[in-house]
Amino acid sequence: MNSPHSQLDAHGNLKHFLAINGLNRALLTDILDQAEGFLSVAQQAVKKVPLCRGKVIANLFFENSTRTRTTFELAAKRLSADVLNLNISTSATTKGETLLDTLRNLEAMQVDMFVVRHATSGAAHFIAAHAAPHVSVINAGDGRHAHPTQAMLDMFTIRRHKPDFTKLRVAIVGDILHSRVARSQMLALTALGVPEIHVIAPRTLMPAHVAEAFGVRVFHDLREGVRDADVVIMLRIQRERMNSALLPSAHEYFYLFGLTEKRLASARPDAIVMHPGPINRGVEMDSQVADGSRSVILEQVSNGIAVRMAIMSMCLGTQNLRSQQLETTAHGE
Amino acid sequence: MANNPLLRLSLHNGRLIDPANGVNCVTDLHLADGRVLAIGDAPADFQPERQLDLQGLVICPGLIDLCARLREPGHEQKATIASETRAAAASGITTLCCPPDTHPVIDTPAVAQLVSQTAKRLGHARVLPAGAVTQNLDGLKITEMAALKRAGCPVLSQADRPIRNVQVQRRALEYAATFGLTVFLHPCDPDLCEGGCVHEGRVSTRLGLPGIPEAAETVAVARDLALAEQTGARIHFRGLSTARAVEMLTEAQRRGVRASGDVSLHQLFFTEDDVASFDPNYHVIPPLRTAADRDALRLAVARGELSAICSDHQPHDADAKLAPFPETAPGISTLETLLPLALQLVTAGVLDLPSVIARLTVGPAEILGRHLGQLAPGAPADLCVFDPTALWTPTAATLISHGHHSPFLDQEMRGRVMLTLLGGRIVFESAR
Repeated sequence: MNSPHSQLDAHGNLKHFLAINGLNRALLTDILDQAEGFLSVAQQAVKKVPLCRGKVIANLFFENSTRTRTTFELAAKRLSADVLNLNISTSATTKGETLLDTLRNLEAMQVDMFVVRHATSGAAHFIAAHAAPHVSVINAGDGRHAHPTQAMLDMFTIRRHKPDFTKLRVAIVGDILHSRVARSQMLALTALGVPEIHVIAPRTLMPAHVAEAFGVRVFHDLREGVRDADVVIMLRIQRERMNSALLPSAHEYFYLFGLTEKRLASARPDAIVMHPGPINRGVEMDSQVADGSRSVILEQVSNGIAVRMAIMSMCLGTQNLRSQQLETTAHGE
Repeated sequence: MANNPLLRLSLHNGRLIDPANGVNCVTDLHLADGRVLAIGDAPADFQPERQLDLQGLVICPGLIDLCARLREPGHEQKATIASETRAAAASGITTLCCPPDTHPVIDTPAVAQLVSQTAKRLGHARVLPAGAVTQNLDGLKITEMAALKRAGCPVLSQADRPIRNVQVQRRALEYAATFGLTVFLHPCDPDLCEGGCVHEGRVSTRLGLPGIPEAAETVAVARDLALAEQTGARIHFRGLSTARAVEMLTEAQRRGVRASGDVSLHQLFFTEDDVASFDPNYHVIPPLRTAADRDALRLAVARGELSAICSDHQPHDADAKLAPFPETAPGISTLETLLPLALQLVTAGVLDLPSVIARLTVGPAEILGRHLGQLAPGAPADLCVFDPTALWTPTAATLISHGHHSPFLDQEMRGRVMLTLLGGRIVFESAR
């Protein structure tokens, strides 16, 4: 029930989207290709396609997130699905309701898909393993484990600027230890054929055996780590990790690991800079870089909607109608 | 079962393996008045009430398990003394030591006696409660250890709630040593363990699960060995999981520190890689470590540096395991697979049959300081008879324990208990 391949159905099609593990390059490429098709929906006067009409998608957020929830909501609405937003935070659990009770209640409302965010690693796998057979589960971030839709929108953004993954050097900077985004990115980059991935952080934020676990190179010096990189991905650093046993201060973090134009100079001249948002300006990077010509941070946000539309429609098995319906919509206007 | 008659019994043609006395031969065993009467020829005037032919079967001392949760009093939704001692009897286990983390905690003679007398009344297995080291396991105030000893606690333990304050730990060891009580220690530094649910390593990094580093164990072992050396107290490390900690223990033993150690049987089979699918049946504390650790633990068991193998049986209700991995209760139900899994160590060439039996009988008996786990004439007739070749498959439906979570279910096992005697009474007999 818990195998990494359980996100595929008997025919090898996507049923759930829980983690990058077990998904091969062809499938990931298919997601990116499908997303290309959805990008144009945002340019239409009526920003909708009827692919998931009549489907009910529940955003099940056990952890607060405005940004991710909003892009999932927009993606679902552009697919014409009905959307339920449930911010469960800790209220249900403090009332004694278990995760499974919450799930059963929603299933009783005939929901077709759960988009789940949860603070515990493995929560999305658990929900997928216990959901009714007709329900699809999309992982919108579980603990430190995975955030696969974020990774796919990052891959999508990278591909639009650097079409050949097999020639890239990608640097990921920041709190690797606590980052589900970094974990999913490392797996997706590897699956898509990126030969060189660098991770850069102080030792307190670098997980054990990361080189062995993900096949990446470890650096503790920013300038060295981003040298000749084609892509520099900055991770968000949680405020509560400052002033703790992990990091002494935001000031020292920025001094050592903050991205500035000067430090970016060791990357390739055409390097792009990414960040999953929201940015702590003056901590992870300075504004000059965040708003500079090499930053693709806002593109990531708009791409996120198209990528999530692709993944949702693929999981619901409705994407095959896509070309036909896109045409219909176009003619209908 | 307590009312099962005390029979005069003759067991013929079984292979008697009694490592404590160096016995390993096909012979006859005669029992009377709850004790071993004779081995080989019976006294001329002996008239058995029942005779059994045990050809092809092995007779060994009843197994002794240093750590099995029975969940009573306080957690009867998980299991009871009745259910778990019945499971023990069916598994050839005649003596169980249960940790004090019941509710209320076993920190007074009254609770200790409640546990041992309930078990005695039921009569399926001998239960020796480990008394708490500190009141309510709070890690601050020590218990009435002398009273606990008088009430039948052979050892003291903090269960899995190690004492954080080193001064309290030192005083507790000194006070326990006053009465010659061994203290069981769960070596895990509370700060380094905090929040962790798997070994900190390759797999925790891949899965984003909070890890428990090797140092959580080695720091605790180093601290406690230093205290044992300073105080002269007798300590026992319950459930070692790392190669390095075993090295530290054996080095200290060579210097004469009064310390011993055991291993939970599942640690000899699984590694961190088994957690890779978030299956809560592999959620155990201490966590499953690396293949190198597992191999070192096997070697230490073979050499006798770890002189006991435990089930570390932890029955849970279904809900306790029905959650995302880190939120599930750690621990698995392992009484009923103890013997067949231990026999797999023989098949795997880790150690020979008498040595495996020693780790399950005389080894733990010595740690408890009880004259159990051996079958010389005059010894209590606690014994286990098993068929070393019988194949069977434990399933959730066949388990007697109320705990149904185990990664060992639905796998064919070799070696099955046929008969268990406790003080000369039959407490389990397989319908052959």
